[in-house]
Amino acid sequence: MDWGQSLRLIAPEELLSISGLVLLLVAAWAGDKAARAISIASVAVLAACAFLVAPALCSGAMGPETSAFFGQYRADAFASFAKLLIYAAAGAALIVAPAFFDRVKAMRSEYPILILFAALGMGMMVSATDLITLYIGLELNSLAAYVLAAFLRSDERSAEAGLKYFVLGALASGILLFGMSLTYGFTGTTSFSGINHALDAGRSSGALFGIVFMLAGLAFKISAVPFHMWTPDVYEGAPTPVTMFFASAPKVAALALTMRVTLVAFAGQAAAWQQIVIFAALASIVVGALGAIGQKNIKRLLAYSSINNVGFVLIGLAAATPQGAAAMLVYLAIYVAMTVGGFVAVLMLKDADGVPVEDIADLAGLSRHRKVLAACLAMIMFSLAGIPPLFGFWGKFVVFQAAVQAGLVPLAAIGIAASVIGAFYYLKVVKIMYFDEPVNKVVGRSDLAHQALLALSALFISPLGYLLTKPLGELAEAAAIALFHFA
Amino acid sequence: MNGFPILTAMLLVPLIGAFACLFAEAKTARMIALVATLIDFALGILLWANYDIGGAQWQFAENLPLFAGFNWALGIDGIALMLIMLSVFLMPICIGASWNSIQTRVGEYMAAFLLMETLMIGVFTAQDLFLFYIFFEAGLIPMYLIIGIWGGADRIYASYKFFLYTLLGSVLMLIAMLWMVNETGTTDIPTLMGYDFTPEAQQWLWLAFFASFAVKMPMWPVHTWLPDAHVQAPTAGSVILAGVLLKMGGYGFIRFSLPMFPEASAQFAWLIFALSMIAVVYTSLVALVQQDMKKLIAYSSVAHMGIVTVGLFAFNVQGLEGTMIVMLSHGLVAGALFLGVGVIYDRLHTREIDRYGGLAINMPQYALFFMVFTMASVGLPGTSGFVGEFLSLAGIYQVSSWVTLVCTTGIILGAAYMLYLYARVFFGGQKNADAAAMRDLDPREWAMMASLAAVVLWMGVYPESFLAPMRSDIAALDARLARARPMGDARLKPGEPRKIEAAADEGAH
Repeated sequence: MDWGQSLRLIAPEELLSISGLVLLLVAAWAGDKAARAISIASVAVLAACAFLVAPALCSGAMGPETSAFFGQYRADAFASFAKLLIYAAAGAALIVAPAFFDRVKAMRSEYPILILFAALGMGMMVSATDLITLYIGLELNSLAAYVLAAFLRSDERSAEAGLKYFVLGALASGILLFGMSLTYGFTGTTSFSGINHALDAGRSSGALFGIVFMLAGLAFKISAVPFHMWTPDVYEGAPTPVTMFFASAPKVAALALTMRVTLVAFAGQAAAWQQIVIFAALASIVVGALGAIGQKNIKRLLAYSSINNVGFVLIGLAAATPQGAAAMLVYLAIYVAMTVGGFVAVLMLKDADGVPVEDIADLAGLSRHRKVLAACLAMIMFSLAGIPPLFGFWGKFVVFQAAVQAGLVPLAAIGIAASVIGAFYYLKVVKIMYFDEPVNKVVGRSDLAHQALLALSALFISPLGYLLTKPLGELAEAAAIALFHFA
Repeated sequence: MNGFPILTAMLLVPLIGAFACLFAEAKTARMIALVATLIDFALGILLWANYDIGGAQWQFAENLPLFAGFNWALGIDGIALMLIMLSVFLMPICIGASWNSIQTRVGEYMAAFLLMETLMIGVFTAQDLFLFYIFFEAGLIPMYLIIGIWGGADRIYASYKFFLYTLLGSVLMLIAMLWMVNETGTTDIPTLMGYDFTPEAQQWLWLAFFASFAVKMPMWPVHTWLPDAHVQAPTAGSVILAGVLLKMGGYGFIRFSLPMFPEASAQFAWLIFALSMIAVVYTSLVALVQQDMKKLIAYSSVAHMGIVTVGLFAFNVQGLEGTMIVMLSHGLVAGALFLGVGVIYDRLHTREIDRYGGLAINMPQYALFFMVFTMASVGLPGTSGFVGEFLSLAGIYQVSSWVTLVCTTGIILGAAYMLYLYARVFFGGQKNADAAAMRDLDPREWAMMASLAAVVLWMGVYPESFLAPMRSDIAALDARLARARPMGDARLKPGEPRKIEAAADEGAH
């Protein structure tokens, strides 16, 4: 283990931090005029980072040679898989932003830089194999995210979202830190594999408290029930491109982090955390579904939908097997595509003056005058509901398959039965778009970048996506094996 | 068929047609839909002509390992062949039925129907468990849109009810499938059909599959989505719903529940019998008091499906053969009856029985056709209904005389409500001037009715054409079920052979 190798392993993080700092200077010097150019440069940086991390995934990198800085950080196939999703979601958040912010003259050059720093933090989260790295990554991401939520400074809702996110996020970080300190105190180490070894030797009730508090803190970050309350408010208040970002990249990062914490640091304690995860999974599915039914704002609806989806991902975690981890990664990949597609479709809903339409009732009869947009949104809704032949079904399929393989048949049966509740509100959106008389509110023209992104994600979640099941499954499997190969 | 993937072709033709319809004008969309369904019908005939009766059990097999965890595996046996023929035969008729009555969003309508056809054929041809599930579930989307967009007044309630009911039934089946695949390590349906699960596991699996198929079938008490969905669906939607979608439940029982879980099937036969007996009697009585023609026929469908389920769980060849013929016959007859209601609905825009009367006077041709289908629904000898009901009841008689007795009342009640309907609509005075002014069938309607009537009579007079392809498959299923076959309640004992002495005496004379 030498410094040179460590520095090589964190190449994507280095690239992100250096280019983030350079672009920050450019922004300070050139001002908001350069916002668009900086956005383009940021997308290029993210693409370059994706190229840097891809080889580790394709070769299924794992083991000690992927470990950097004396076990603090790991650049294995699992981290690469998560990072690719994070970079893709961050890139999408950059691409959709200008068209949204330009209307209110709020496209400032800090936006792409904050996204880059958030991506850097998320990259550290998914690579963390030590409590300290975990916390630094988490906070780096969170601080950028708080600012992003309040990015529309003059908009009350946005400011409120930022404040709520900050206060509750700080609380959750506190809980997490408390759990980490307990864990450290009772195991004597901050390294994940060290914690695992120490706990294998015997678990005190103090360490159990540490596990519970850490899981509670992480549950806030992934917005799992019962720590989900902030989600609808923040998602509704934050500017839509930022909401799209929140619903996709940080979710992936926080879930990947949760996987590493539970399946590596607490690998031997599955019996202790499994019941917590099972409760959070079922509660998220049910609360996410029931909460969405009464919603009138489409962003709030999608917020509840994301809570619901986290519940399904956690079913894969409850399995505590490599199959479960692989299933979670497949689910997350499909979830990111559906989320990006869903929010891009929301961004395209504009009235004649270009003002965003967020009221679900205003979508009435959308299928008459915006055929393609309505069809894409309907596809995304059916896909989120998990109706075959759309690709969203495959995500649910693999997590339930993993649960059944792990012998959790009752959990799978209850979870899938609860998914029918969720189908109701997704259907409601389709009903409003297709069955109701048109109100002709959504008539605004949409941006070319939005159309392209929507087309891309719609293609991915269409039945053609099933042709990707083999490569996607193989990559996720390689990543899951790397995750479990932590000795 | 020397390597030509005819089943994939049959799936692709309507799918491509569906995409073409989405972007076409109303007139072109109708033509595209008609041509696509006719091509599929022609392919279906080719399929039947090339089907080797008595040959391999699974023919036209295709297998491409396209996906992770499951395969693009297609193949048919005689049972699937007949149901595919029913689907491809009814589809052009559905398109014809919607020719003039659908005037809004024609392209989308035709696309939804063609998509529906792809998915129905997919259900009957899938040889992979998960591929089957995908086709089975996917049918919800087009049907939801068909009921919701082009349905009647209460369409939204009906579409939700249809979707959520059937979805809840199916997802439990998915968990059971996942368990089965985990247990056996294969997704291949023919292999699973020969796999012996432990009797305890079978119980759970059977119940999970039952949850799905009972809703699709539909059996009492989960049948309530059907009358709502039927009444609100456009004519062609009802035809497809009654004609093919309901058959998916029966197909599911015959393809999955019976061969995969024979012991559990025998164990739960009492449940099926009880629910079916209630369905036959109760829904027939409900049908008797309906004021809405479509609702009446919808309830009669539930009653007929009751006969199907008892026949299935008779565990003998007559019962199974009868079930298949009832399903085919009901597909044609109920489809034709809905079509008949559609014909007068297009003219008067009401389905209320009281608004008609004396139609035999001004619409004699229509009255004649409707008579044929009424009789077939009642089960008059010479029509398809008789063959199926007789065989099923003969099958079930070997198991339980009481069940037979109760289910036979269904035929009597069936005669009551159908003839009562016929009398009110066609006979008597022409009490409504607007109904009396309706013109008789036009050539388009005549062609649709005549083709249906011809097949109904063919199946009634010479059912062998339809039974022959299925015979070996039903025999195989019967052999598989033999070990779990219940004792008949008649407890038939062979009598004492006659004494030899009598013959000896005769010789002495």
